[in-house]
Amino acid sequence: MVKEIERAGLPVIHMCTVVPISLTVGANRIVPTIAIPHPLGNPNLDPKDEKALRRNLVEKALKALTTEVEDQTVFEE
Amino acid sequence: MGKIKVVHYINQFFAGIGGEEKAHIKPEVREEIIGPGMAINAGFKGEAEIVATIICGDSYFGENIEEAKAEILEMVKKYDPDLFIAGPAFNAGRYGVACGTITDAVQNELGIPSLTGMYVENPGADMFKKSVYIVSTKNSAAGMRDAVKKMVPLALKIAKGEEIGSPEEEHYIPRGVRKNFFTEKRGSERAVDMLLKKLKGEEFETEFPMPDFDRVDPQPAVKDLSKATIALVTSGGIVPKGNPDHIESSSASKYGKYDIEGFENLTSADHETAHGGYDPVYANEDPDRVLPVDVLREMEKEGKIGKLHRYFYTTVGNGTAVASAKKFAEEIGKELVADGVDAVILTST
Repeated sequence: MVKEIERAGLPVIHMCTVVPISLTVGANRIVPTIAIPHPLGNPNLDPKDEKALRRNLVEKALKALTTEVEDQTVFEE
Repeated sequence: MGKIKVVHYINQFFAGIGGEEKAHIKPEVREEIIGPGMAINAGFKGEAEIVATIICGDSYFGENIEEAKAEILEMVKKYDPDLFIAGPAFNAGRYGVACGTITDAVQNELGIPSLTGMYVENPGADMFKKSVYIVSTKNSAAGMRDAVKKMVPLALKIAKGEEIGSPEEEHYIPRGVRKNFFTEKRGSERAVDMLLKKLKGEEFETEFPMPDFDRVDPQPAVKDLSKATIALVTSGGIVPKGNPDHIESSSASKYGKYDIEGFENLTSADHETAHGGYDPVYANEDPDRVLPVDVLREMEKEGKIGKLHRYFYTTVGNGTAVASAKKFAEEIGKELVADGVDAVILTST
């Protein structure tokens, strides 16, 4: 899906936990996430910290969208 | 050679431990024959025997690939088997990646002949078909008998170091290996035969299938986030509560487009997940954990992004055919472009 939306003309950031799958399907911008059943959260944190964690990940994703890439790139930090 | 000693790898589901709620279990080893191992072991007809079964939760493996691999390698080493078999994984994505990863590691790090099996569209197939033998199976466990029938003879051949025939003869996924051999007819004759068949509209088999390198070049970056419209798309199955369009929990045949205007965040009162391939407890408790509407709303208010697009698009990425996903995304992509969206955040579980 990432690939087809990008083909349509939009930059896509793929936020996912199993990065090797994302690389195999051909995502160009990838942000690794927390866990398969809760990629953008962590139920062990209190709600405030959990939201901060999510905000941090989304900020990373947005930053990746403003970054030019030539090849598949995993945005770790 | 005595009886061939086999170690078998399966996930929590095929071990009968549990479904998605048990997908986080760590690797463990049992000196028994379990689940699909029964049919495989019977297929060996006494020539080989499963001495141990290693079980690991699919989510644990997917989230901790390096650790899981190291732990399982240690377990395999202890038994010093003559053969290692993983799966078959059919079209289960995380399971397929686990089977591929561990088969590759056992074969190439421990030097033990290894084999796995899965459906050709499983992401694990593309990742590992070049490094290990992957028997091509059907896309669901209904194909177990067929899978075992194909895996057993190939496994025995690999264990005994016998010559392995072509992918068609041995039913494994082509590895891209070329082999020289002599044929009865020379090239020009074969080419003309093929051309004649093609002209008559008959089926013919190419001798040189083109590799499929379907890559899309990255689109240019967003210049100014504060003016950009960002859309959310997910394969994690987030839908309005009650799943109004009945998106299937696996092998989805459709996607949904839902209005989130006025939603400050998604809650258990209004949204849930339709996905059947992961433990839904956390996403149902707070759907923002899969689709971060709360944070993007906040950033929209702060002026960090121009706008959160009014609609989100969703489907269930669980054994969904690649062709379906491709079709959904072509339509979604077209609409998003037409609606003036600048960039997409796509979340997957």
